[in-house]
Amino acid sequence: MSCSRMENKILAYVDGRLKEGERATMEKHLAACAACRVRVSEFRAVHVLLDELPMIEPSAAFDIRMQARVAAEPAKRSWWAWFMPAPRVAFAAAMLLLATVWIGSRTQKNNLSADDIDNINQNMSVLENYDVISDFGALSELPQPVQADDNSDANQNQDQNQQQNQNQTM
Amino acid sequence: MLDVKAGDEQSFALLLHRYRGPLINFLYRMVRNREQAEDLAQEVFIRVYRAREDYVPSAKFTTWLFRIATNLALNSVRDSRYQRMEISLDAPVTVDSEDGDEKGLDVAEKHPNIEQHLIEETRKKMIRHAIDKLPEKQRAAVLLHKYQELDYGEISKILQCSESALKSLLFRAYETLRVELAPLVAQRGS
Repeated sequence: MSCSRMENKILAYVDGRLKEGERATMEKHLAACAACRVRVSEFRAVHVLLDELPMIEPSAAFDIRMQARVAAEPAKRSWWAWFMPAPRVAFAAAMLLLATVWIGSRTQKNNLSADDIDNINQNMSVLENYDVISDFGALSELPQPVQADDNSDANQNQDQNQQQNQNQTM
Repeated sequence: MLDVKAGDEQSFALLLHRYRGPLINFLYRMVRNREQAEDLAQEVFIRVYRAREDYVPSAKFTTWLFRIATNLALNSVRDSRYQRMEISLDAPVTVDSEDGDEKGLDVAEKHPNIEQHLIEETRKKMIRHAIDKLPEKQRAAVLLHKYQELDYGEISKILQCSESALKSLLFRAYETLRVELAPLVAQRGS
């Protein structure tokens, strides 16, 4: 196996993070490649050198400042608190909801009953031809006896009733 | 972290106590300034605290924590690099200021032999310089690999790259360190 193919595995080999099979392949390569052997040994040396850097301890002020910052954070908010910064939005939403309910109830009141729908269905042919009938010239030229007839019939009925009443009283 | 999510403040204090040391050291080695490192560490913990309710344990907590820290550190390093360029080209950076504010140990107390102390300090300085000279992303990768002992999968998630890209990044970083630290490496080898 070539050195370039081994490059990305050298560090894992130094760390001891290679799988069994990969480690065996690496060791086989190292046995035959002096340059990679040197590299492995120098990577190990770098690893050890990096350990020489001292660790620092957090300062005493760190904890105090951290506590103060956490304490200054706003408390946990419940879901409804989402509305709190925007009362106007909440009010507008409530009004919109009320308006929707009111409009909904109005349209329900105006709904037609089953009898009304039957009536409409029976007179559908007239309604469909309403435009023609309303503009039909010949109809407008006809005399309007219907009301007069009705009145005369009504008068006749009234006269008959009066006569009957008189006969009864006699 | 799940206890913190449930509102347990005590668990957050424990989390803070457990991770503040490694986090401050990582950030210190990234930005080379203790005060700045502590400020950044506070920012990391505050972000964790603020995000506690939305925390989903899809990745390890350390991965999440160091991802926030690495992003903040990389931004800080980039910002300060531009600031340094802007401040002045006249003010030379002294050797001491390059070492950040890491204070040397009390010589008399820890090192009866001053010569030995100086040698050790020089070695540390060389190692610090070698790490500082690495490009930011390589530096972060080395610090997470060497000092936090995170596995390749975690580091690649933190640095948002593939595992093979990370291996290649680490290889290049260790190659640079090997060259930079050649005199010390040779001493160790001999």
